[in-house]
Amino acid sequence: MSLLEIENLTVEFDTAGGKLRAVDGISLSVEEGEVLAVVGESGSGKSVSMLAVMGLLPWTATVTADRLAFQGRDILNLSPAERRRIVGKDIAMIFQEPIASLNPCFTVGFQIEETLHQHTDLDRAARHRRAIELLKSVGIPEPEDRLGAFPHQMSGGQCQRVMIAIALACGPKLLIADEPTTALDVTIQKQILDLLMDLQAKTGMGMILITHDMGVVAETADRVVVQYMGRKMEEADVLSLFEKPKSAYTRALLSALPENAVGDRLPTVSDFALDDTPYTGART
Amino acid sequence: MSEIVLETRDIVRDYHIGGGLFRQGRTVHAVKGVSFKLEKGKTLAIVGESGCGKSTLARMITMIDAPTAGELFIDGEKVDIVRQGLTPELRRKVQIVFQNPYGSLNPRQKIGDVLMEPLIINSNIPASERRERAMRMLKKVGLAPEHFNRYPHMFSGGQRQRIAIARALMLNPRLLVLDEPVSALDLSVQAQVLNLLADLQDEFGLTFVFISHDLSVVRYIADEVMVMYFGEAVEYGTRDEVFSNPQHDYTKTLFAATPRADVESIRARLARKAA
Repeated sequence: MSLLEIENLTVEFDTAGGKLRAVDGISLSVEEGEVLAVVGESGSGKSVSMLAVMGLLPWTATVTADRLAFQGRDILNLSPAERRRIVGKDIAMIFQEPIASLNPCFTVGFQIEETLHQHTDLDRAARHRRAIELLKSVGIPEPEDRLGAFPHQMSGGQCQRVMIAIALACGPKLLIADEPTTALDVTIQKQILDLLMDLQAKTGMGMILITHDMGVVAETADRVVVQYMGRKMEEADVLSLFEKPKSAYTRALLSALPENAVGDRLPTVSDFALDDTPYTGART
Repeated sequence: MSEIVLETRDIVRDYHIGGGLFRQGRTVHAVKGVSFKLEKGKTLAIVGESGCGKSTLARMITMIDAPTAGELFIDGEKVDIVRQGLTPELRRKVQIVFQNPYGSLNPRQKIGDVLMEPLIINSNIPASERRERAMRMLKKVGLAPEHFNRYPHMFSGGQRQRIAIARALMLNPRLLVLDEPVSALDLSVQAQVLNLLADLQDEFGLTFVFISHDLSVVRYIADEVMVMYFGEAVEYGTRDEVFSNPQHDYTKTLFAATPRADVESIRARLARKAA
């Protein structure tokens, strides 16, 4: 049994200009202890499909799927209360903008302990100890002092570490990381990715890494799903994806990497005829 | 003989953080004496992590901020905006493109007005010709004339960055400072914008100062590379020198941190993981 199974997931948004289909029949699954990378450009529906799994989409969205199951249990038709018991505990998510996703009005210690308060029956002292332990495990020096710090007193990399600490607070079985390093410098990106992979290997949780950076995919993933315009273009293990990409779109993406440049101009995606699965207009 | 468009000699910028009733003011040394020369038609890439002073350097080159000490030469002439002020002629020569195309365009200004504004401020070209020049520039950066009367929110990130580039080029600058122009963009859009920049450089003989923290982009676009670390230029040389033989420890750290997307390194990683 897979950790997370998604079959034929479709998400539509009601907009002033009619329905917009952001995700169009995506199927994927994640096993325990596996790192799955979901790659695509902005607007390819990679974040929206994961937000649908978390139940975090606004009311304008209509989510339909043949199957959406976590540990064999249907999560599509959960009541909000039941969903809140899973989300944040067994499935946790990290977002792109670390500074924006923390609440500026509360200390980071409060925000970590809030999650523990919600999902565990630890008492105040135990929550405090656990929060220190978590900050230590994500590599923040002097965790006892930093618990009292506000997000604006920390750097972007440190805020992302705090976000990871919050996500890992209840020992999730599945961690969804939505572009966790896009807002960060290369050196900090390396630290955060190393930290995530290290924690993943230690806890054996499943992980979905959403990114548009092929370099990040190459450094982290076991298996890769390539998405374009709300559709799945290709699914392969990481080595065969880079060695012999099957779809024209993946080939286009890989050749747009600056380090693969031949000559003095870069090939762009529009230079390639996207012959397989032509985009037939998701706007209905 | 190639001409030097931009030269700095020991340029320094300090920021004073004001003290309060109980707190003493202090000085942050953002840029600590940076010198370089840049020839016409070449690209200098400035690399470094956030907070290392590369944007402060860009602000000084663009004459937004005055240097605290040191000298700045543009086209061989010494520039001192504190004493002599900034002439429209100097403003015309140096233009800048900012990182975030969502923040650098006024949401209530139509694209046509965005493009014509530099001409209104810095030149006395009549309205009809301003309009015509803006149209021409729109086409040059790969947009269409019908985009003239639209607002920024109607464009994607890549298109907005094209508009920002078009605005910077309206005055026919000699030097274009690009402050992380592609780091907010997707891979495929990034490739398009980089190609556009290369085309424009060939066509107008532009000189670029390209600020980035992405080494793969730098390797592709730069002729010369300068690595900054805590306000100092720790490494400065041609692209091939810096990439093949980095001297400073920080440069080596940067190279090591850059993700590799080639098949061999994936294989090595998978082997490490299996072990």
